[in-house]
Amino acid sequence: MRYALLVLGGPYSHQAAHSALRFAHAAIARGHRVGTVFFYHDGVYNAAHFAAPPQDEPHLVDAWRELQRTQGTVLQVCVAAALRRGLLDAREAERHGKSGASLESPFELTGLGQLLDIGQTHERLITFAP
Amino acid sequence: MSEITEASHGDLLVMLRHAPHGGLWLREALDLALVGAAFGQSVSLLLMGDGVWALLQGQGSGPLGQKGSQSTFEMLEMYDIERLYVDVDSLAARGLTRDDLLLPVIEVSTPELSTVLAGHRQIFNF
Repeated sequence: MRYALLVLGGPYSHQAAHSALRFAHAAIARGHRVGTVFFYHDGVYNAAHFAAPPQDEPHLVDAWRELQRTQGTVLQVCVAAALRRGLLDAREAERHGKSGASLESPFELTGLGQLLDIGQTHERLITFAP
Repeated sequence: MSEITEASHGDLLVMLRHAPHGGLWLREALDLALVGAAFGQSVSLLLMGDGVWALLQGQGSGPLGQKGSQSTFEMLEMYDIERLYVDVDSLAARGLTRDDLLLPVIEVSTPELSTVLAGHRQIFNF
């Protein structure tokens, strides 16, 4: 089955992101696919490029990147939710006169229309909320 | 019951379960509803739990630093979002009636909730 995940919880503050990753790994281990993960609400912080957790904690941002690298999972971040929380890719940073980018590939800024779209193009869309 | 069975068919159901002002849950949920409507989907809202506070009349914005959501609710009709379901038990538990609310709503009893959920192709729970 081809799954999409919607993550609404920020990393570390809540269990939602941990659970979403565990679900992704479990689904893949059973032969399913995780086609897309969409980050919305405080879930957008999962894409924070500068996240630097202590070494004895799981690195959630790297874990999402690894999912993209090994499984081809598309990582989409709601642009409106991201911008108001300070997560900008290079293009948005330039547009808003900021130096540096706090969100980088493989995370992609996109609109909420994409969330509705993945709900239709995947067999299941599972929400992980705090 | 007939109102529920008849009216509850739609593309998208957005469930609102958080009170306004305390966080961004309500506003970001409404954003998704508006985008759905703008994409031509038939959109319904379901207010449950503390989400029923969202429709309380006489809300302002400003002093709390939050933008508020009353103006968004007033725009819903323009987006053809006309089906606003409200869980009657959540209203009653908070001492509210439909007369306290900003917009006309469809009252839903707990047993009817499953009919509303089943009547929509896609559900998002905020």
